[in-house]
Amino acid sequence: MSTSTSTSTYATSRYGTRAYALTDSWTMTRRELAHWARQPVQVVVGLVFPVMLLLMFGYLVGGGREVEGGYVDYLVPGMLALTMAFGLEGTMLAVTQDLNKGVIDRFRSMPMANSAVLVGRSAADMLQSAVSLTVMIGVGYAIGWRPHGGVSGLLGAVGLLLLFRFAMLWIGIHLAMVAGKPELVQAVQILVWPVGFLSNAIATPESMPGWLGTVVEWNPMSQTATAVRDLFGGPGGERGHVWAAVVWPLVLLGVFFPLAVRRFRGLSK
Amino acid sequence: MSKGVAVADTAITVEGAHKKYGDKKALDGLDLRVGRGTVHGVLGPNGAGKTTLVRILSTLLRPDAGRIEVVGHDLVTRSQEVRFRIGLLGQHAALDEELSGRQNLEMFGRLYHLGARHARVRAGELLERFGLADTGRKPVSAYSGGMRRRLDLAASLITDPEVLFLDEPTTGLDPRGRAEVWAAVRSLVGAGTTVLLTTQYLEEADQLADRISVVDRGRVIADGTADELKALTGGDRIDVVLRDAGQLGAAVALLPLAASQVSVDADRRLLSAPVTDRMAALSGVVRALEEAGIEAEDVALRRPTLDEVFLHLTGDDRGGDQRVGDHRVKEAA
Repeated sequence: MSTSTSTSTYATSRYGTRAYALTDSWTMTRRELAHWARQPVQVVVGLVFPVMLLLMFGYLVGGGREVEGGYVDYLVPGMLALTMAFGLEGTMLAVTQDLNKGVIDRFRSMPMANSAVLVGRSAADMLQSAVSLTVMIGVGYAIGWRPHGGVSGLLGAVGLLLLFRFAMLWIGIHLAMVAGKPELVQAVQILVWPVGFLSNAIATPESMPGWLGTVVEWNPMSQTATAVRDLFGGPGGERGHVWAAVVWPLVLLGVFFPLAVRRFRGLSK
Repeated sequence: MSKGVAVADTAITVEGAHKKYGDKKALDGLDLRVGRGTVHGVLGPNGAGKTTLVRILSTLLRPDAGRIEVVGHDLVTRSQEVRFRIGLLGQHAALDEELSGRQNLEMFGRLYHLGARHARVRAGELLERFGLADTGRKPVSAYSGGMRRRLDLAASLITDPEVLFLDEPTTGLDPRGRAEVWAAVRSLVGAGTTVLLTTQYLEEADQLADRISVVDRGRVIADGTADELKALTGGDRIDVVLRDAGQLGAAVALLPLAASQVSVDADRRLLSAPVTDRMAALSGVVRALEEAGIEAEDVALRRPTLDEVFLHLTGDDRGGDQRVGDHRVKEAA
């Protein structure tokens, strides 16, 4: 095709990035979906891993655990929250990989909405988390867990979990922008374990030494888990905890969202 | 360079560009003017500021100070207009390694807002043009170095940019890959694209560039055509290759050449010096060698290489032994 026809088309293209922010974000989301299609095994492993944890704690570790109201009903909401928390490392890894490849330079030198790079990442990760939650809820159901809070309770719980995941996502983006190196992702991949387990996901704070129980109760993930348990009408739930499960993620977002965006803009410094 | 170049004929103007990383000055008042439709070579060693310059010109970095215009648009205030008119081929492939070539080009086309259909058509054209039409679903990570470079170049050309930045485009390529890139650059220039090319390879600048700016420590230290730069070192040179490296010292003392300007390369048993009168120098050298009984393998007159130009422009204050490009040149004391 001749150069002249093409050029005229491009010349009439719009430069306004705001007008294209949505389209560009969708293109970037599609890029992630295309990655999934390329790496189906990786996707399945990502979905199976939290299921494996759930089954491990439900059957192997949890066999000897007594929680009033049934351990499975206590464990499943906790594992849902833990799955959302562990999403942080996936986000961090993906962003780190992107930053360390030349492709980010092409994106940044193109007349696209630069925000689309991060928005596309968020959308894809949130979609992955929603699928993961669905799978986990299905498996939870299969091993005997039942929500007692009705459809509204279920939807509310899923909403809180995704909100928590969204906060984790921006922490992950920020950490990737700060650390920037694949080696440091490994450190975070290890650190999410103690941080994840220092919560009420698997064991009740009452079963822990006093100071540890306090730390655990302050863990934002515990707030989400407690609120979700409440919305499911299961053991370990506390009335009125929903606000904490809304406020904590919003506080984290309030801190890490602007930091991550500033870092991203700072790439041109 | 003549100051009379009309603004309309200028594709890139850089005036007093400064850029610091911490304490390190990457650009220190760099000036540059690139005519439309020309190939401009930016030549310099590692750390001279070449990549910083390209990253600034392609809007990836913001300059600390200076006025920069690309095709008539201020780079800092109108970066989106600039972005529509430039293509960038960086040192590392700017591609999504997990996707196929077609997926990459379609994605970039969409991000240039061509629309889905047009992006698809354009991807097909470019794959065809760069001999990548039969790569199918193969991910870029499975491409050879040359294929990757071609796809990278194709991605830089999606909008038929007016200006193309090439940052050391052939570093790490085998001779065939290098020839492919050179051919592609020549055909682009034939179609009217302005090309700014950085390189450490003097041969590359010599082969491709209409004009060359020699950059060192963040500023342009010389500017001109390859011939003009070569003339800077004082015209022709004579090369003498001896059979016995041990006689190099004796030869330097003996030959009718200005001893202070003779450079000696012991590894190649070579001594080299600028000459003014070609024939007189040639016969003088041959006669002197014969009389002293020093055996020579080769005696030849030639034009200076850009290596020598570069050393001449930068070398004096940095000690006698310096690596530039692919050649090791030792200056005689």
